[in-house]
Amino acid sequence: MCLGVPGRVVEIHGEDLGRTARVDFGGVEQVVSLAYVPEVQVGDYTIVHVGFAITRLDEAAALETLDLFAELGAGDEPGTTEPSP
Amino acid sequence: MRYLDEFNDPALARRLLDDVHRATTRPWAIMEVCGGQTHSIVRHGIDQLLPEAIELIHGPGCPVCVTPLEVIDRALAIASRPEVVFCSFGDMLRVPGSEHDLLTVKSRGGDVRVVYSPLDALALAEAEPDRQVVLFAIGFETTAPANALAVLQAHQRGVTNFSVLVSHVLVPPAVTAILASPSCRVQAFLLAGHVCSVMGTGQYAPLVRQHRVPMVVTGFEPLDVLEGIRRAVLQLESGRAELENAYPRAVRDEGNEAARRVLADVFEVCDRTWRGIGTIPASGLRLAEPYRRLDAEARFDVGAIRTGESPLCRSGEVLQGLITPHECEAFGTRCTPRAPLGATMVSGEGACAAYYRYRRLDQPVAAPGRGG
Ligand code: SF4
Repeated sequence: MCLGVPGRVVEIHGEDLGRTARVDFGGVEQVVSLAYVPEVQVGDYTIVHVGFAITRLDEAAALETLDLFAELGAGDEPGTTEPSP
Repeated sequence: MRYLDEFNDPALARRLLDDVHRATTRPWAIMEVCGGQTHSIVRHGIDQLLPEAIELIHGPGCPVCVTPLEVIDRALAIASRPEVVFCSFGDMLRVPGSEHDLLTVKSRGGDVRVVYSPLDALALAEAEPDRQVVLFAIGFETTAPANALAVLQAHQRGVTNFSVLVSHVLVPPAVTAILASPSCRVQAFLLAGHVCSVMGTGQYAPLVRQHRVPMVVTGFEPLDVLEGIRRAVLQLESGRAELENAYPRAVRDEGNEAARRVLADVFEVCDRTWRGIGTIPASGLRLAEPYRRLDAEARFDVGAIRTGESPLCRSGEVLQGLITPHECEAFGTRCTPRAPLGATMVSGEGACAAYYRYRRLDQPVAAPGRGG
């Protein structure tokens, strides 16, 4: 039950602890509380857990992480490296 | 979908795996604390793709699994009362109490309802003022802020027919207890990313220093888990013990300040018994004084609770990483997700359920040295 699911904020209503959003989870929409993520705006991605957005996903950090992965073993052809024991 | 598909990319996973294989020269035992990570590891077969020298130990991070039997039995007794509407997250319904589960209470006419958000339970209380609505408030630091807001709003709005049965648990004291155990074999930890999204990373720094054990804040997609393992291995191989954040897109050092503020207002720290494990000091949350009138335990006198755990179930050992689910004789035979004997078979994030669901039924029983 601890899994949080990422979704994109489509629409925001209300304010402060009563702030809510319609969030799109890959085609399925749900209304969630934005009480704890005052910084979240329409178009942002957020992680939702038991009906609450708990964090705003940082796009720059996500891209940096993916770049780092892509650099690993740079120079190797992907898929040709045999794991060494 | 963005932030999901990218962190599932098989080509990048291969690169991460290759790097782990290159870096590994010796056996290492790494614990993933969170049940969500266990689920991802077993589902994607990550444990089988790693070098043999790396052993992943499944940690106690599944709130459904560790909610104490006494609390489950209390929930069953409260939910059976005719004036009560008992609201719970879905995965608690089949968790076995001493004699039955919430689903049984429901089939016998109890008003047990599954809620998606704690605020739904509060809305129900406001819509049905003649009923007593009770919310089963369990979970780690990720769930606690949501339950806290329901309590805060009920308090502010003077709702009198709403109460909460609280059994929250905290991760850092559990990690401390694992490290302090004489049978501890864990050499590095993958920390639960979403717990850190709320609480930040600071609580773990003293543990890293004191126990000289690497800890890596880790997400839940396959690439996240692999990156957590890769960083843990790099630290172990080079003799470092640091706190690293491998999930920066969701976790900031300071965590979620708004959520932490409400948490600190509504709850206070208490000792808590973990199912199958025992009491861990300062490892739980209970209602703070101003909110005690919303405590379901005080509101409903259900008499003395006498608990009795299945004598066959070894989920305590599973939760502490001492055995894998296969080593339990009941696994897959007398205990299945349809007829579970223990909580670790009920919850989707429980290690027994993950092994069962992804058909790890015929694995070799135990790696050498395991079972201590
Ligand atoms: S397989 Fe069933 S009985 Fe055995 S430890 Fe897991 S939950 Fe308990």
